[in-house]
Amino acid sequence: MSLAAVLDGVSFGYRPGQRVLEDVQLELGEGEFVAVAGPNGGGKTTLVRILLGLERPSEGSALLYGEPAHRFSRRKTLGYLAQRSVAGGDAPVTVREVVSAGRLAAGGLLGPLRRRDRELVGDAIERVGLAAHADLPLRTLSGGMQQRAFIAKALAGEPALLVLDEPTTGVDAESQESLAGLLDTLHSDLGVTIVYVSHEFGAVEHFVQRLVLVRRTIVFDGSPDDLPGVWHDPSHVHARE
Amino acid sequence: MLESEFMRLALGAGAVVGLLAPAVGFFLVQRRQSLVGDGIGHVAFAGVAAGILLDVAPVLTALVAAVLGGIAIEVLRSRGGAAADQALALVFYTGIALGVVLISAAGALNVDLFQYLFGSILTVTRADLAVIAGLGAIGIATVGLLYRPLAGIAIDEEGARVAGVPIGALNVATAALAAVTVALAMRVVGILLVAALMVLPVSAASRIAWSMRSTFLLSMAVGLGSALVGLAVSYYADLPPGGTIVLVAAGTFVACSLARVLSGRD
Repeated sequence: MSLAAVLDGVSFGYRPGQRVLEDVQLELGEGEFVAVAGPNGGGKTTLVRILLGLERPSEGSALLYGEPAHRFSRRKTLGYLAQRSVAGGDAPVTVREVVSAGRLAAGGLLGPLRRRDRELVGDAIERVGLAAHADLPLRTLSGGMQQRAFIAKALAGEPALLVLDEPTTGVDAESQESLAGLLDTLHSDLGVTIVYVSHEFGAVEHFVQRLVLVRRTIVFDGSPDDLPGVWHDPSHVHARE
Repeated sequence: MLESEFMRLALGAGAVVGLLAPAVGFFLVQRRQSLVGDGIGHVAFAGVAAGILLDVAPVLTALVAAVLGGIAIEVLRSRGGAAADQALALVFYTGIALGVVLISAAGALNVDLFQYLFGSILTVTRADLAVIAGLGAIGIATVGLLYRPLAGIAIDEEGARVAGVPIGALNVATAALAAVTVALAMRVVGILLVAALMVLPVSAASRIAWSMRSTFLLSMAVGLGSALVGLAVSYYADLPPGGTIVLVAAGTFVACSLARVLSGRD
């Protein structure tokens, strides 16, 4: 299996003497659907920021598709859904405007969107089930629907690697399950490598092939089935057959 | 009113600035940087003072100072955190202090200064209008060309950064556009009120608009309307034009807010 990302002996601190991450060893294969979980402040977001090349490790190395992550040359193949609750400033922003922003890197920066870009935007909106809401302001939709719009934005860029940081913050348990199901469908239909970061992994643990628990370093890396029972998230009750 | 040439020239300059200021201000407001225009105005004041001292056209020196100041503010802002906030305050107040000292050294700490602080649209000449219209057209065309990436960054800056969109270059372009706007609007509403014309029309439009694009276009319409109505009111009521234009924009914001409440959207 080709590797999408490799973190080799990565340590990191935002100031001298601080250790947010310590000797992290992680390999992500192309086409994997991985959940990265752990307590708040455990280093999850820092880990994905290093993985995406937004931060450089203090020690060790971070590679994306074989290139140093901070100098990765094919950035338009990366989709990132940062932790958020609202889009932009005070102006109302429609679902279509949010998703169109996903074609910025791949579709060219200047002038209006081309026909193919508009088609990809429409496809992405349809895929996440928001076609009927495409021209409504985002702020009029529920938290779960807003997150679907941002997932569609990431999809519109046709990413090979999609990283979602706490995509279910402020979303009720039912919508979390629905989002997880959507990601599972995208993964199986499109073959996108997905990294799902969350302090709670109950919604995705029956979809992901692999669960990585981070608490300054990696304390568990394996199938959710191998996770000790007491570590499972009790807020999500699944009928796991 | 239109039989007077000075009013025709004033209306022309007001129209250009009324369209440009909200078009540029729109992106500052969406990124919660509404006061950047004010900060650039402070630096432009030092440029005006340098022009008076050196006997060079103050609008030109203000333009140079505003562009340099705008880029400096953007570089400091991009570093983030409390230190950046204090660095911005340093730029703002150093600009004003430098302006006061330079203008005092030039012996011009008098009524001439008022035309730059509060605007002097009724003294716009044909040559001034040509410069304002030319630079204004370039500014509006640049905003049109960069609308999509600037809107995209306002929607999701971190996602755009990961995907390789050149955020730094676009931020510098925004700062340069804001600086040109400040230098042009200086003649219309003055340095002290320039940021108001970049922010108030956008705030008004966002109360009644239904999308990002409609907010952008409506804010330009509110800016244009405020400039033209404000000038007409100031002509007939014998009021200072800069302040009247900004008060019309503020009144439009109140009206749009009321319309929003009455329509049940709040």
